[in-house]
Amino acid sequence: MPKKVVSGNYAAAYAAKHARVEVVAAYPITPQTSIIEKIAEFIANGEVENLQYVPVESEHSAMAACIGASATGARAFTATSAQGLALMHEMLHWAAGARLPVVMVDVNRAMAPPWSVWDDQTDSLAQRDTGWLQFYAENNQEVYDGVLMAFKIGEHEKVNLPVMVVESAFILSHTYDVVDMPEQEEIDEFLPPRKPLYTLTDFENPFSVGALGTPADYYEFRYKIAKAMEEAKKVIKEVGKEFGERFGRDYSQMIELYKTDDAEIVFMGMGSLMGTVKEAVDILRSEGYKVGAAKVRWFRPFPREELYELAKNVEGIAVLDRNFSFGQEGILFNEAKGVLYNTDAKPIMKNYIVGLGGRDITVNDVKAIAKNMKEIIQKGKLDREIEWYHLKR
Amino acid sequence: MVPLEEVKKMELPADVKKKLTLPFEEHFYAGHTACQGCGAALGLRYVLKAYGGKAIFTIPACCSTIIAGPWPYSALNAPLFHTAFETTGAVISGIEAALKAKGYKVKGEDGIMVVGWAGDGGTADIGLQALSGFLERGHDALYIMYDNEAYMNTGIQRSSSTPYGAWTTNTPGGKKHFLEQRPKKKVIDIVIAHKPAYAATASVAYPEDFMKKLKKAQTIKGPAFIQLFAPCPTGWRAPTDKTIELARLAVQTAYFPLFEYENGKYKINMPSPNKEPKPIEEFIKLQGRFKYMTKEDMEILQEWVLREWDELKKKAEIFG
Repeated sequence: MPKKVVSGNYAAAYAAKHARVEVVAAYPITPQTSIIEKIAEFIANGEVENLQYVPVESEHSAMAACIGASATGARAFTATSAQGLALMHEMLHWAAGARLPVVMVDVNRAMAPPWSVWDDQTDSLAQRDTGWLQFYAENNQEVYDGVLMAFKIGEHEKVNLPVMVVESAFILSHTYDVVDMPEQEEIDEFLPPRKPLYTLTDFENPFSVGALGTPADYYEFRYKIAKAMEEAKKVIKEVGKEFGERFGRDYSQMIELYKTDDAEIVFMGMGSLMGTVKEAVDILRSEGYKVGAAKVRWFRPFPREELYELAKNVEGIAVLDRNFSFGQEGILFNEAKGVLYNTDAKPIMKNYIVGLGGRDITVNDVKAIAKNMKEIIQKGKLDREIEWYHLKR
Repeated sequence: MVPLEEVKKMELPADVKKKLTLPFEEHFYAGHTACQGCGAALGLRYVLKAYGGKAIFTIPACCSTIIAGPWPYSALNAPLFHTAFETTGAVISGIEAALKAKGYKVKGEDGIMVVGWAGDGGTADIGLQALSGFLERGHDALYIMYDNEAYMNTGIQRSSSTPYGAWTTNTPGGKKHFLEQRPKKKVIDIVIAHKPAYAATASVAYPEDFMKKLKKAQTIKGPAFIQLFAPCPTGWRAPTDKTIELARLAVQTAYFPLFEYENGKYKINMPSPNKEPKPIEEFIKLQGRFKYMTKEDMEILQEWVLREWDELKKKAEIFG
């Protein structure tokens, strides 16, 4: 299996190329730019065939062009970050509503003001209710694998929904790492050409897409998306398993569990910060702490069942959110707590707000959090529910 | 109502058919939901006739969203993608790119036409950026702005294409004389600034001229744009049987002159471009939306019309 030393962004670009995307419409924004630069380079070097690159005049148009392309039967891809993603918001709903499996890489970047180009998950999590599947990558390999799986899952006949693959600004996007890339023939076997639900080239049986849905019908359109999201959980597990069988990296679990079997305390989070957490888990274990890590790979659909299975056997869950919903709490914390409310699993849960706007999250931070959690469990009582861990005092 | 299958089978006598100046085949069906006398519905019908159903339509939020019919119906005998207000230029770019990636023939006699059909608000205002992107990137598609001079679908609010002195629901007249105070935005000039392959104005009162322009847009490589004047009796507070007369008067008064821009050259194609334009009053007096205008307002509008007309004639002279 060929290996390449690439940045997270180049991993995304290679995955798009290997997925044989047919239309890329994108607009530059730091730190996403090297994804689309690399794709442009593939075209300039004649490394790809039948790929149309549309250098649009905004992210809103990037998504609109991808939607037009996808409705015409093409495999469409784009990438963006923060402000660009926010500008696309309206069309994210449109892609899902029109049941178009566009794939997009979002390089997590903090929302302005103040201006920031660094890592923060609030941009993608703010798109929670748009009907997109969301996959959070821990490392460059997962960016690559995530994009390939995203097409297969989104295009699945039971899903037909768009998929967002999320990576961290700079920590992944601009950091080089070894990435295994299967041979093109192997990928073609895993990911055959798209079989669209419909295409606008059907002149024999012309139809309209997205016409007015009155109160008599709109409701069922929404239910179908809700159902497709539920179905997507099965498809994710199937595709993740197949990926593992073919390429040796198993993604059949929507939550990756790390040393949780006998753990009393579990750190839960998403994306690149979970690499640091796993490192800290190893160290903490050598110091006698019974800790583990739960990396939420898929935020949408949300892995309710897997979370319950985990939660019923642990005493405490520390949810690390590199994001915040103003007026409430960390977004993953909010979701995880909500899932468990109607179950018999009642671990103590505490929300640590960490690393907003790219502030480093270190092994020592995780160790300090473990210590705090241990005290809470011993006392059987939360000191506070939400802690802004990094706050300068 | 005659069933569709029966309509499709209907034949005209050969001698009558020979005299037709427009294609007989109908691809815009009964059951659409346009208001009586709707210029836009008429325009859409001509576009469908021109391309015989072998066109992919993109319609953003506008009257035609409704006119085309609610799910699961469609009055168009052609694939139709409904999209968000400001995205027509971008969506047709994406459709064209996908067709090319998949190896379809785009444009030309036997190719697929990619058509954006958007109102004046969706073009001159919220969709201007996407339109500019589409033109500048040079996609092989046609963008038609059907111009009824206000946001009619939302209930007659002014757009930048609304003329000076017009009443709309957010320029309502009243004691303060709060009417539209800005002249009509010249979208066609903005389009031409992009040096597109083809740009033209057209009117529902001159279907043969419109058809000729649609055919041209089909054969010329690169982006094409047509601004179609489409009266709205509902929003203009005009009788529903005056649509054609109003559209004709808009041309005859030089309020909305017909011309083409092709390969850097302007060509005026008015029915009689050398004749003095009729006074603007003739166009105005048939419409309730202008009833609050004072004599001074009328003069301001008349002066604007003649100045713009003069400018166009000069352009045609210099770049003819």
